[in-house]
Amino acid sequence: MSQVATPAKKRVELLFAAFLFLIGVLVLVDASQIHVTYSQADPVGPKTVPYLVAGLLMASAIALGVTVLRGNLAEGDEGEDVDLGQPTDWKTLLPLVGVFVLNIVLINWAGWVISGTLLFFGSVLALGGRRYVLTFLISLLLAVGSFYGFYLGLGIKLPAGILQGVL
Amino acid sequence: MDTLNLLMEGFASALTPINLLFAFLGVLLGTAVGVLPGIGPAMAIALLLPATYGMQTDAALIMFAGIYYGGMYGGSTTSILLNTPGESATVITAIEGHKMAKAGRAAQALATAAIGSFIAGTIGTALLVAFAPIVADFAVSMGAPSYMAIMLLALITVTAVLGSSKIRGFASLGLGLAIGLVGMDPVSGQNRLVFGFAPLADGLDIVVVAVAIFAIGEALWIAAHLRRTPVKTIPVGTPWMGRQDWKRSWKPWLRGTAYGFPFGALPAGGAEVPTFLSYVTEKKLSKHPEEFGHGAIEGVAGPEAANNASAAGTLTPMLTLGLPTNATAAVMLAFLVQKGIQPGPFLFDNEPDLLWTMIASLFIGNALLLLINLPLAPMWAKLLKIPRPYLYSGILFFATLGAFAVNLQATDLVLLLVIGALGFAMRRFGLPVLPLILGVIIGPRAEKQLRQTLQLSSGEVSGLFGEPLAVAIYVIIALVLLFPLILKLVRRLRGGSAPALVAPATGPLDGPGTLDAAAESDTAQEQDPDRAAHTVPQPAPQDEHRRKDQP
Repeated sequence: MSQVATPAKKRVELLFAAFLFLIGVLVLVDASQIHVTYSQADPVGPKTVPYLVAGLLMASAIALGVTVLRGNLAEGDEGEDVDLGQPTDWKTLLPLVGVFVLNIVLINWAGWVISGTLLFFGSVLALGGRRYVLTFLISLLLAVGSFYGFYLGLGIKLPAGILQGVL
Repeated sequence: MDTLNLLMEGFASALTPINLLFAFLGVLLGTAVGVLPGIGPAMAIALLLPATYGMQTDAALIMFAGIYYGGMYGGSTTSILLNTPGESATVITAIEGHKMAKAGRAAQALATAAIGSFIAGTIGTALLVAFAPIVADFAVSMGAPSYMAIMLLALITVTAVLGSSKIRGFASLGLGLAIGLVGMDPVSGQNRLVFGFAPLADGLDIVVVAVAIFAIGEALWIAAHLRRTPVKTIPVGTPWMGRQDWKRSWKPWLRGTAYGFPFGALPAGGAEVPTFLSYVTEKKLSKHPEEFGHGAIEGVAGPEAANNASAAGTLTPMLTLGLPTNATAAVMLAFLVQKGIQPGPFLFDNEPDLLWTMIASLFIGNALLLLINLPLAPMWAKLLKIPRPYLYSGILFFATLGAFAVNLQATDLVLLLVIGALGFAMRRFGLPVLPLILGVIIGPRAEKQLRQTLQLSSGEVSGLFGEPLAVAIYVIIALVLLFPLILKLVRRLRGGSAPALVAPATGPLDGPGTLDAAAESDTAQEQDPDRAAHTVPQPAPQDEHRRKDQP
């Protein structure tokens, strides 16, 4: 997997290094705002470890930035179904995230049966499934099945939402 | 003989119908996820974590053990029939295994993999039985300073030794430690990284983090790079082996086992190194070296055995010291934490029944795996044809369901998405996942030990080195961190001086592999005294890391 270090690729990775650095700063600032009085029972206190973690994050972010600038770019994670030959497929990814967010919004109001059905159905479509009727039936079956499975098998009551009383 | 009695008791409880059922369920699921592309044992256990809330701890652990071993069997099926190993542990198997399959010997490749896995798994588990109590006895005698040192050792070796880029490993570790910090500090009662957001005060649920990183991050990553042209699989009949195959397999099985177990037991040993070593050894010892590269059965038998033996080895530090050294063990440990069981040196002492039941179930699971893998291989191979949209939608669906069922709060799903996005970014930018998960699990525990140690020494930093064992471990940590540097130094000294002696006479005698040495030799040739000054500042950046981890 030898990659050509194009400026665009470098920029994205530098952005990620900056993100890491920012997290480090966040940890640092958060730790500095903890007010504790020194106690004999806890000489280390709640601030020491966060400071170390912040230091680790910032140091590795800087080191990452330097290696990227030197042309040492990341290799994406490989897998059986992963084809690194093609760029990130946003047309699949964004709808997937959209469906996921839709589920978060709907789950308490509409209930798991509806939001879960939409989640699976939408995900299959986003990933390129085209057998609408079959997919919809499977989605419904999964959502209803898991609703009752969790209720009867594990005693966990998933939200019924607007179908309260029907289910 | 106490051990034997305890093991027998373990068998008695593992052989109850309900536990046997869960062992069976575990190996079935494990084989399935091992065969299925894009989903491995770590993800499978993470997805099942929520479903085990209402379950008995021993039954759930038995099932997870089955998944762990089963995943190893299933993984070899994929790499032999598909030549696209899903896990790094089966990369070596794919080299010869797929060649065998192409040459029409898929049945023999699968058979030697399955039987070798069985033998290695059984011997490995027996070694676990022999060693675990010894290590556990030793572990109980460790004080806070040693325990703290050993946890640091695990974090640092996993970060610095595994993976291709150390810097990215440490970045991942830092993220994990930061996630572990979120919530109320149990000692001082102060909120850390909560930002006034109430749901964060209890800390991030380890189940949500594990599901997000392993399932959501992975599924989104694969979705973004989904192979549109399905890979061709090789059809296969029932696995079997002829006399000649047996003769050529049994020694590699045993040698592979001998490599696998110790490497698995080491922190950061993993399965990659022993499978590779086994392959190289078999190639050297084989009477048919010409077959290597064209489907030599030894090249499947040895690495597969090494792979499974290392799986058993991995369980030794996990069960005795509470130190997971691979992703699956880490998720299993997360499960124990979730069940209120404290991982650590007292685990074996506190929960002997539970652990012996699990160990006994490993023997049972191994036998079950042989039974379901040999005759049913063609059926498992069919799983490779599952339509990908359904597979990955299913992972997203069950990940969501599981993470939501933990607390029934939609905010958990928001966290799931955010951390899942982090998991995606990590895969994109080459950050290994394991240091993060270890950081989340071990970080808070290491902090606790650190504070306890310094409390006992009333704030004196020297308390960290209060036990000889702790000092020894810090020395090992220093060596692990400095080893690549020392190696570089030695290579430079050797490579730098050799051409300096020879070069004037023979001109360009730059051997392959000594490229940096060759580049360096230009400057090093006539300025020997300068070389020392040259290399001195070198250790500084590496040192930085160590100082940050070692207060």
